Amino acid sequence: MAIGAMPVAPRQMAVQHLMGTVISIDVRDMEVPSGAIDAAFAWLHQVDDRFSTYKPESEISRLGHGELTLEDCHPDVSQVLAICEELRIKSGGAFNAWRARVDGRLDPSGVVKGWAIDRAAAILEQAGAANFCINAGGDVLAHGIPEAGRKWRVGIRHPRDPQSVATVLEVSNLAVATSGRYERGDHIIDGRSGEPARGLLSLTVVGPRMTEADAYATAGFAMGEPGIVWTATQAGYEAYGITQNGRARYTRGLADLISV
Amino acid sequence: MPTRAAVAIVATVIGVFLLFSFKTPAQAKPRTPSADVAQATPTPSASASASASSALSPTPSSSSGLKDGTYTGQDYANQFGDVQVKVVISGGKITDIQPIQLPYDRQRSAEISQYAAPLLHDEVIQQQSANIDYLSGATYTSYSYAESVQSALDQAKK
Repeated sequence: MAIGAMPVAPRQMAVQHLMGTVISIDVRDMEVPSGAIDAAFAWLHQVDDRFSTYKPESEISRLGHGELTLEDCHPDVSQVLAICEELRIKSGGAFNAWRARVDGRLDPSGVVKGWAIDRAAAILEQAGAANFCINAGGDVLAHGIPEAGRKWRVGIRHPRDPQSVATVLEVSNLAVATSGRYERGDHIIDGRSGEPARGLLSLTVVGPRMTEADAYATAGFAMGEPGIVWTATQAGYEAYGITQNGRARYTRGLADLISV
Repeated sequence: MPTRAAVAIVATVIGVFLLFSFKTPAQAKPRTPSADVAQATPTPSASASASASSALSPTPSSSSGLKDGTYTGQDYANQFGDVQVKVVISGGKITDIQPIQLPYDRQRSAEISQYAAPLLHDEVIQQQSANIDYLSGATYTSYSYAESVQSALDQAKK
């Protein structure tokens, strides 16, 4: 079907470039306080300033260089690093914030973005929004519905054809995160070997929170095909992997979300 | 406009996938100097831009601050080609986003990897066109896409 054939509900929408990506917030409630989206973005900027590994003055950079101790940092830093550690253990080391970069420097980015998006969603909800979608670089958190009578439709990008999707999920109150090698080549490092991950073209993880969905997608992708099964063992999360021979392998719970 | 090898693509592309992007820092380069998305400088009007533009005469509209009309975004280059869209505003709302140019993805080497996981559904992936709200799993191309959409919206706010 042609692009744009679907009618669009009323929306308040804003887009900003931050955290190394493009983040859009799309609210479909008829009435939402005008400051809600601004407040969510203000939070995301605060996170970016604190956690960016590209900003030498950020707390995370200074922590990585030994200029700060964890006690010197904001409590959010400890919280994020605790989540990183939990994921490192859960994933058998496939996710490792201390080996996520080729240079071996501390990089919790695999957790920060998802965690920040979950908190941004909470800010929107506190402001009274119930139907919204946050898209952070192709990681999509969808709450409520986009318009009466249907759920949010999130496509999983086809790995070889940017004009098409491999499948479409119908979701509500779910995060959809995809790790993959689309155009950037090998960019996820397997924390166990320090080598770029291979074996899957992409791994999409769906579940209630973006923090976990994004981190599981990163960790599962680093594991290659076994990562699909590994993700399925995480309670509440489902996986859809695309293999290098062009097959989709996905969990039963995910099958229930596929649009027919 | 600069010459380019990108293929003009119409109509048969996927649905209203707004503003998606990728997982790591952006390096998409706009063809003209521009600030980041949040503050993108509006480009000169549609007529100065690519071929497929057909700006309607803008009319004042409701609360969104967007004037009705069709606005062509800047084209943004990335290593896989150019991305350019036009955005249709009607009744002060975005009603359509149409790609003018999208690059082809590269063929990936097909290493065969066999792994048995009998509990999983296993099928050959299809190439589907479908109406969607958002797209999961995107990188440079979609960053360029977002930039182009934003620059079109900036024009609509004038």
